[in-house]
Amino acid sequence: MSKRTTNILVPVISILLGLIVGAIVMLVSGFSPVDGYIALWNGVFGNSYNIGETVRQITPYVFAGLAVAFAFRTGLFNIGVEGQLIVGWLAAAYVGYAFDLPKIIHLPLALLAAAVAGGLWALIPGLLKAKLQVHEVIVTIMMNYIALYVANATISALSGGAEKTEKIHDSASLRSPFFETITDYSRMHWGFVIAIIAVIVMWFLLEKTTRGFELKAVGFNQNASDYAGMNVSKNIVLAMVISGVFAGLGGAMEALGTFGNISKMTAFTGIGFDGIAVALLGANQPFGVLFGAILFGSLKNGGLNMPNEAGIPVEIVSIVIALIIFFVASGYIIRVVLERLSKKKKEEK
Amino acid sequence: MSFLEVLYFIIPSAIFYAAPLIMTAIGGVFTERSGVINIGLEGVMIMGAFSSIVFNLTFADSLGGWTPWVGLLVAMVVGIVFSLILAVAAVSFRADQTVAGVALNMLGLAVAVFSIKMLYDKGQTDSIAERFSRFDIPGLKNIPILGKMFFTDVYGTSILAIAVAFFAWFIIYKTPFGLRLRAVGEHPMAADTMGVNVTKMRYVAVMISGALGGIGGAIYAQAIAGNFSQTTISGQGFMAIAAMIFGKWHPLGAMGAALFFGFAQSLSIVGASIPVIKDVPDVILFILPYVLTILALAGFIGKARAPKASGTPYVKGKR
Repeated sequence: MSKRTTNILVPVISILLGLIVGAIVMLVSGFSPVDGYIALWNGVFGNSYNIGETVRQITPYVFAGLAVAFAFRTGLFNIGVEGQLIVGWLAAAYVGYAFDLPKIIHLPLALLAAAVAGGLWALIPGLLKAKLQVHEVIVTIMMNYIALYVANATISALSGGAEKTEKIHDSASLRSPFFETITDYSRMHWGFVIAIIAVIVMWFLLEKTTRGFELKAVGFNQNASDYAGMNVSKNIVLAMVISGVFAGLGGAMEALGTFGNISKMTAFTGIGFDGIAVALLGANQPFGVLFGAILFGSLKNGGLNMPNEAGIPVEIVSIVIALIIFFVASGYIIRVVLERLSKKKKEEK
Repeated sequence: MSFLEVLYFIIPSAIFYAAPLIMTAIGGVFTERSGVINIGLEGVMIMGAFSSIVFNLTFADSLGGWTPWVGLLVAMVVGIVFSLILAVAAVSFRADQTVAGVALNMLGLAVAVFSIKMLYDKGQTDSIAERFSRFDIPGLKNIPILGKMFFTDVYGTSILAIAVAFFAWFIIYKTPFGLRLRAVGEHPMAADTMGVNVTKMRYVAVMISGALGGIGGAIYAQAIAGNFSQTTISGQGFMAIAAMIFGKWHPLGAMGAALFFGFAQSLSIVGASIPVIKDVPDVILFILPYVLTILALAGFIGKARAPKASGTPYVKGKR
């Protein structure tokens, strides 16, 4: 079996295993997996409203996945996507309602604010990693909590103690009457176009530019890159910041597209953590991330239909997602099994 | 309020909040000493909290005052079983340990909330009737100042946590098991050559962390939260990991760091009734432990480093 086939088979098998274990969990808890997965399917594709909502759900996942994947490709593990996404969301929402500008300036400005906020939030772990060799995993986890509390306090301060900020002005909105009519008034918005552009930008940056080559080289081997005359610490900081920019834009999708404001949060959105799964499933390739985001966005949005239609708690979808991550991470064992199987086939022939 | 009164108020509360962190952080020390990173401690704590609350609600009538303590044992067993998932992935399947840990966290929360909805038909349990009770330690409570600070109205769980920290120090630094554990975490190949079973040591270490993390979650649920919902455990597992790093991968250091985090946490809760502190905005108190962890990692931690093999699967015969 060629390496390429195995690379595609591992995630496919992981998804199947995740769905199978999910079905077993449903059986054990006294539900019909068939009803459950039909409800899931209908939640994704059932009607035009659900399709629109699924696309809306996929959009921030693309950004979260790109953020994690970009960091991974450059040798960093950014668990802080969640926090960077929250500050990006906050920044976009603030610019969205606090300024009065024509759309052609306002919308890009709000997106820029989110990108800058996410980038700055990632700058701290980047600098600490580059200058002081502090492990980015712990710092980014801590930064997530700081983002959560700081965002809540800022929302409170901005809104005079209320639970959420004002709605953004239309001039900063990504929503489109056209999508709303064709999808039965779902919250589908223009963000998915920006998401696809972001996928292409990341591909171009990593594969077609010198800077992208340097970033990947530093990720592969810092000593060799240093020896080759690259500025390792500068590249680490840059990689982290770019990752944060993607995450911040993911937050902008929620602020400018889906919700039009930001509310106080009692817990994390989960988008950032799911981004890890999205990136893994996409093998950290930009176009792979797009597929990963489509899968996870569909599962998440379709899952919302499971309590109504089949009476199954929506958490079953999180169980399936966690299992998929688990199986993708354990790809080694799947590879071993695949190799054994293909060897056996050869012998039989 | 005099300074001493503030201390009487805040020190017992700090120890109270620290107990679950101490337990879980020590669990983290065991896994990392064996060369496995356990980001999944949050998930383990969730499972411990969930199982102990379900047990407590179900058996409180028949077990009475012993319920929370038996609940700890139940949580310990559940923690061990749950952590086996990480052990299998990280040790046998050579999975990326951090990613497997992240999956463990997601799985723990999803399984717990799913089960709560199945059992009680709502997202949150009722409050438990049997909580850990407080008692005075005879004799010691009469010591001036210290008696009132440390030995009056004590929770048994706080004593247990501190005892476990010292016991863990003894195990890791004074027994052959501890020596093997550290050897496996520093240089698994050398340890293997000397006849230490790397796989077995790592499995045992992850299971110990599951046991302690489960107990930590159970203490948090049964002493502090009093019920279980999606947000009962939100970040305590990560705080425990931070305490472990802050404490330089040493059981007593981890305990010290956990006490400090407990102090920071209790400040944000009891601070409202203490002069000076009540004027500090809540958000500063909320983020304090996290900011301090980052500062500590960046500057004050000194030469301490993680066990050398931490995070890398051991592949026999590979140099």
